[in-house]
Amino acid sequence: MNAKPQGVIGQSVQRLEDRPLIIGKGMFVGDISFAHQLHMRIVRSTSAHGLIKRIDAQAARALPGVHAVWTAQDIPEIGPIDFREGKIEKLEPYRQPVLAIDRVRYVGEPVAAIFASDAYIAEDAADLVEIEIEDLPVIMDARAATGDFAPGLSSEAAIITQGFGDTASVFATAYAVVEIDVTVGRHSGVPLETRGAIGRYDAARDVLELHGAAKVPHKNKETLARLFGRPAAALHLFETHVGGGFGVRGEIYPEDILVLAAALRFGGAVKWIEDRREHLMAANQSREQHHKTRAAVDEKGTLLAIENEFWHDQGAYPRTHAMRVAETTCGILPGPYRVGAYKALGHYRLTNKTPAATYRAPGRYETNFVRERLLDAIAAKLKISRIDVRKQNLISSDEMPYARPLCVLEDDVSYDSGDYVGLLDKSLKAIKWDELQGELAERRKRGELVGVGLATFVEKSGLGPTDGAHVCVDTTGAIEVITGGASVGQGFETVMAQVCAEALGVDYRNIRVVHGRTDRIDFGIGAHASRATVMTANAVHAAALIVREKALSFAAELLQSDAAMLDIIEGRVIRRGESEGPSITLGEIANHLRPAAKLRRGREPGLSADGWFDTDHQVYPYGNQIAVVSIDRETCAVNVEQYVIAYDIGRAINPVLVRGQILGGFAQGLGGALYEEFLYDERGEPLSVTFVDYLMPTANEVPNVEVIIAEDAPSPRNPLGIKGAGESGIAAVGAAIASAVDDALSSPGAVTQLPITPQRLKKIMNRLGRA
Amino acid sequence: MKPAPFTYHRPLSIDEAARILSDVAEHDGRIIAGGQSLAPMMAFRVARPHHLVDINEIAALDVLTIEDAALRIGARVRHARFIPGAIAGPTGELFAKVMPNIANYSVRSRGTFCGSLAHADPASEWCALATLLDAEIIAHSVRGERRIDVRDYFDGAMSTTLAPDEIVIEARMPVLREGTRTGFYEFSRRKGDFAIAMAIVAFSVENGRITSPRVSIGGAEPYPRRIHEAEAALDGAAPDAAAFAAAADAAAAAVDPMEDAMTDAAYRRDIVRAATRRGLEQAMQ
Repeated sequence: MNAKPQGVIGQSVQRLEDRPLIIGKGMFVGDISFAHQLHMRIVRSTSAHGLIKRIDAQAARALPGVHAVWTAQDIPEIGPIDFREGKIEKLEPYRQPVLAIDRVRYVGEPVAAIFASDAYIAEDAADLVEIEIEDLPVIMDARAATGDFAPGLSSEAAIITQGFGDTASVFATAYAVVEIDVTVGRHSGVPLETRGAIGRYDAARDVLELHGAAKVPHKNKETLARLFGRPAAALHLFETHVGGGFGVRGEIYPEDILVLAAALRFGGAVKWIEDRREHLMAANQSREQHHKTRAAVDEKGTLLAIENEFWHDQGAYPRTHAMRVAETTCGILPGPYRVGAYKALGHYRLTNKTPAATYRAPGRYETNFVRERLLDAIAAKLKISRIDVRKQNLISSDEMPYARPLCVLEDDVSYDSGDYVGLLDKSLKAIKWDELQGELAERRKRGELVGVGLATFVEKSGLGPTDGAHVCVDTTGAIEVITGGASVGQGFETVMAQVCAEALGVDYRNIRVVHGRTDRIDFGIGAHASRATVMTANAVHAAALIVREKALSFAAELLQSDAAMLDIIEGRVIRRGESEGPSITLGEIANHLRPAAKLRRGREPGLSADGWFDTDHQVYPYGNQIAVVSIDRETCAVNVEQYVIAYDIGRAINPVLVRGQILGGFAQGLGGALYEEFLYDERGEPLSVTFVDYLMPTANEVPNVEVIIAEDAPSPRNPLGIKGAGESGIAAVGAAIASAVDDALSSPGAVTQLPITPQRLKKIMNRLGRA
Repeated sequence: MKPAPFTYHRPLSIDEAARILSDVAEHDGRIIAGGQSLAPMMAFRVARPHHLVDINEIAALDVLTIEDAALRIGARVRHARFIPGAIAGPTGELFAKVMPNIANYSVRSRGTFCGSLAHADPASEWCALATLLDAEIIAHSVRGERRIDVRDYFDGAMSTTLAPDEIVIEARMPVLREGTRTGFYEFSRRKGDFAIAMAIVAFSVENGRITSPRVSIGGAEPYPRRIHEAEAALDGAAPDAAAFAAAADAAAAAVDPMEDAMTDAAYRRDIVRAATRRGLEQAMQ
């Protein structure tokens, strides 16, 4: 079943995707245009909360080149935006309307839509729309008193709980109790390419098309078909090149629905390209949570119980993910540690900020920070080392699989495999932990503020339950792999081709991989939650093995040989070990399997197959991050001097691509740790709507990172042993850097909030007398 | 992010530019050279000039030379021109020290020195440097030429005493004496960002004592200025840590720092202190 060790799996082969991108022939959403298309511009609320008293679009409608101006009353047939995973009773009344109805709830909320002959006129017209809003009080802190989302609907839309065991009795008798109160700032995915959508109604075929889809085309197709009351075959989504996804691209937003509705009504194409300012106030934001967390421990620091109450700042509306981030927060917080009893209670609160949803490592960036702060606090309280407290509590490899009665993404948590302590030892060795302590002590003696911090974590990936793929060999021997996957730039095509190539016995460069097209395959999981390689690659593998089997069985007949004696090398079936003997190419076999081919003799036409991969549980990669930082005593800037990320993903299909995932994620994690934050003033005005105010780390700020890709614990849950690689780089950066900053200040627990801006650090250092 | 409609002019001489600007000034006519500040502001529709007068065709604005011990910088001179060696002497060295800190490579190859003066961002390195060097701004209009002392030039954050029909065609500043030591330090959260504060310093050391000290602080207040309290602390002192600390403290005490959502006055004042001391230390290296 397992593929051969010397094959293309595990090789850092070049990406199939690169040629068009390098020669400037990529096709991003902005590159797509149709004849006579209209351009849409959204008029957005400038008030964070208020009642709409009047909208006057007369002047806008009168501007030459303007085709139409819509407000909510122009689209009464379109309901609010559904949740991706279906109906959620208690959140139904909180769903976001496509255009604001009577009330606005955040700055940036779509209030009207302009359709014009070009993007400039559309923007001119948007300026002419007068909106009169009577301001209402705003809620800008999820911990503040709740208010009304609407009459009779509390801004606390839900309370989420998970847990096991009797924490109260454990706390009552524990040797020690450690408490922390920490905050993760609001940040999010800010891809180089902003969102975009082109709706097109093809009246000749009666098909409604959405171009510019990303991430989850098939799921979105289901949702949109339901919303527009169209049969599945009459609505299709088309992915373009995608300049970064990170969770925020590819969800259904008001703009996607508006271009489709307008395309239907006007009978043509309608294009919308988000600008950067819009992205920073309208695309999903993420992360903002406040945690009050306490641990009960024994004298050795053993985690007997954890209680965690948190306030999740959802922004103005639930979005397509509903409560996923808050639920994941509950389910994954204990991470790689044994915990006797656990109780999580989350307040899912609506505020007057941009709505929130998932961003790369959702619920983990936050909880890794919280939990690792807690472990550091335990170490400090009991005066044991930060390493020992972790080793004391890490789940050991002989406890695997390790199930606990928690739930993440509606899947019962069950860690599949891992040697958590072993990987931690590898990481400590890589950074020369013991030597480093001496060096840092020496530098501190000289007056420098330097420190090292670490975080251990477990990731989740490969959400099931199933995915399928189709592999087809044409009569020239070229291969097409059709998947329902999506590419957000991560090298999806290359990885699928590598897996197919190895199973089938062909050159991976002879394979084309289809993704992001709902008109080519009925089902697909897209690309999110580090699923693609686990789920889709295993489906491709299954399909390729069936094709291999078909080819060998037919070739056995044609070559008058036993199928077991045959092998496929570079697309040619040969007798094992006989490079000179009789052979036949896959293309020739495909030719003999044409429907009208004489030799087919009742065999199913075509050298092709569908393959499926089913799984009961997610798979759980795990890792460590270690940071060495220095702090400028005067400016309070944090400089990351050294960084190690170790990550066990079971099996790396393409190590360079894995490394790229980790490094890219790290840069984003560094943003959340030190730079990036969406700030709002007390009236709800967003303060971070340009790159002058929302600080993404650049090449100047991102240090070199030593990446250790481990394959010590392949997943027993899939034939290839794969675990997902997409989110480890970002997952624990806030946690590790916070720990290092504490160490540099010789003050455990000093950092309680991300990002650690120099301004905030100055206040901490002033308080500690370290400035 | 599409600018509001505007009429575009591309004059071939300074006089033609002045005539056009004179005609369109009352309709919010604006000069564009590098456009590295104006164009983004237009994209955001924060600026909505009805007329843009592009001076990039005017070759006479290319001047970059030292004449009669004064450095002349024409309005078409891009930031990137100030590489080491482009201007002789300590003045050139100082320009070359400052230049790489301005934004990023693409901005530096398009944006202009005089454009920075006209835009008058509080955190403009060139505004702080022009202040340090007691520059004169040459403003041209149909009414003739006017020389504005830099001390009378700034009028607030992003505000100057230029009339709407005046074009900054050149900046002139006396060059620093041979042997002058210079230093520059700024702090921003990322390289190339608008600085939270910066210090540019120049002084000579004669017989072990500091002479002719100059300290210009930018980014901290609505516009840069020389801090005479800091200069007084340096004048006649030995160029040592104590003098630099005293000057840094004096600068920090003298400024009235701006505040924003992230940065309070106390923090910005601390940065002024650090920048001043580091700038002075750099001058001694």
